Amino acid sequence: MGEDLNYTMEDAVLLKKGAEANLYLKEWYGRKVIVKQRIGKKYRLPQLDRHIRAYRTVHEPQLMHRAKKAGVSTPTVLLIDTENAEIYMEYIEGKQLKQVLNEMPPEKRLKISSSIGELIGRLHKNMVIHGDLTTSNLILTPEDQIVLVDFGLGELSQELEARGVDLHLLKRAFESVHFKFAQECFNKVMESYARIIGEEEAKKVLEKVREIEKRGRYVSERKQR
Amino acid sequence: MRHESVKNYCLGIESTADDFSVGIVTFDGRILANVINAYVSESGGIHPREAAQHHSQVAEEVVAQALKEAKISSDQIDLVAFSQGPGLGPCLRTGATVARAIAAYLKIPLVGVNHCVAHIEIGKLTTGIRDPVTLYVSGGNTIVAAFDAGRYRVFGETLDIAVGNCFDVFAREAGYRQKEGLPFGAIIERLATKGQTYISLPYSVKGMDMSFSGLLTAILHLLRKGEHPIEDLCYSLQETVFSMLTEVTERALAHTEKPGILLTGGVAANKRLQSMLKTVAEEHNTKFCVVPKQYALDNGAMIAWTGILAYKNGLTLPIEQSFVRLKWRLDEVEVPWVKT
Repeated sequence: MGEDLNYTMEDAVLLKKGAEANLYLKEWYGRKVIVKQRIGKKYRLPQLDRHIRAYRTVHEPQLMHRAKKAGVSTPTVLLIDTENAEIYMEYIEGKQLKQVLNEMPPEKRLKISSSIGELIGRLHKNMVIHGDLTTSNLILTPEDQIVLVDFGLGELSQELEARGVDLHLLKRAFESVHFKFAQECFNKVMESYARIIGEEEAKKVLEKVREIEKRGRYVSERKQR
Repeated sequence: MRHESVKNYCLGIESTADDFSVGIVTFDGRILANVINAYVSESGGIHPREAAQHHSQVAEEVVAQALKEAKISSDQIDLVAFSQGPGLGPCLRTGATVARAIAAYLKIPLVGVNHCVAHIEIGKLTTGIRDPVTLYVSGGNTIVAAFDAGRYRVFGETLDIAVGNCFDVFAREAGYRQKEGLPFGAIIERLATKGQTYISLPYSVKGMDMSFSGLLTAILHLLRKGEHPIEDLCYSLQETVFSMLTEVTERALAHTEKPGILLTGGVAANKRLQSMLKTVAEEHNTKFCVVPKQYALDNGAMIAWTGILAYKNGLTLPIEQSFVRLKWRLDEVEVPWVKT
């Protein structure tokens, strides 16, 4: 791989440093791309480390693809490099929902909450669990479309627990950053979620959310970066 | 003559699984005695009823031994604490019965202690670490926890079997026998140091949780095929399992930004696990502490010390409400003594 292939990370700008991966913004064949690079861990055996990173580099786009097929917008994956554990994907113009939810008019906020519920319903109906559903991972485009990003903690599951945790994380995110209207937003989410996944299942998931809350398991909001 | 106003000694009884243990700790946190008497099964794992019988047979002797080591008489005890759960029903009930009898006879207060909380508290007491992310790994539990808003919150845990359980079953199937003072984990660790080839095993971290049952099935399959030296199997088992534990611990650390990592529970003695966590702690510029060996296993001292903390916060238990709690989760327990 030479520099002529525009494969170097030298011109990349570090956007986010995570525990598992770093996110870079760079120019690639005339377009803006996000490169998600999974970091090697010194504590693991090198061969195990390579295997895990390569596996996840493949697994994450698979989940994104599955989400897309279910009708949920996710960034388009442009390149998967298992050798370097990198995913090249489309850069989404827009803002993290976290940054804009508080400032928007109430009707719009409810409309967006409704779309979020629909989106989660579609994911869950197709067995996709996002694993880190916060308002930081929902991008609102200038055309008011919602794009879901970062499937790094995602999995395939139909378990009530996994569904419950997804919605619980979202509820926590609402409560910690958007506390004034957390409840009405979450109610709206559940309303459209139920429309997609079915009233019966939605009721069970909501019960699970309450149980998880009581357990207090994920009480702390993920550190917003 | 007893000083009614100044409380001094707490006797703690631990009996959640195969160990019956009595510890005596002073109210200012000095451990005076910690006697452990383990039930060793002839074959297979822990048979709850047989373990409970063992506990009731040795109880009197272990209590007497603890008093002797602490150089106090029974009427100097001010408080009795017992492990109220989680654990095996018959074993827990035996410990609880002994505790109730002592409390009633000496007319002193009784405190019920959560076994998992006790593992964290003894780690904090003996290492001096403050407000850590705790990795608690033992025969019955595998939990990553940190304090937040009044409780120890579970950030990740096993979805099926505990790490110690996984190791024990593997070692037993490989033909090793448990001996007093040489747990299966120690046998695996010794063999693993001679391992050279890594054999790929299922690596299962789901979100923040872990699963070990599929891995156990896979390695038992490899064992029965007999194509790999036992040293390589142990090596691969350790590397895979400990990488999973370390990954989840690192995530919890990054998430909570706590100032350190505490390793506790029976598996804490493993040097390889220690070195992995130490690497992570160094990368995050945080402290790393391991509970001393004698307090890593299930022990009475940790129950006594946690009992004192609870008692100081008014959490005593009337005898008629001192039923055991088999599935008492760590994150159900209020810990008002922890401030941060």
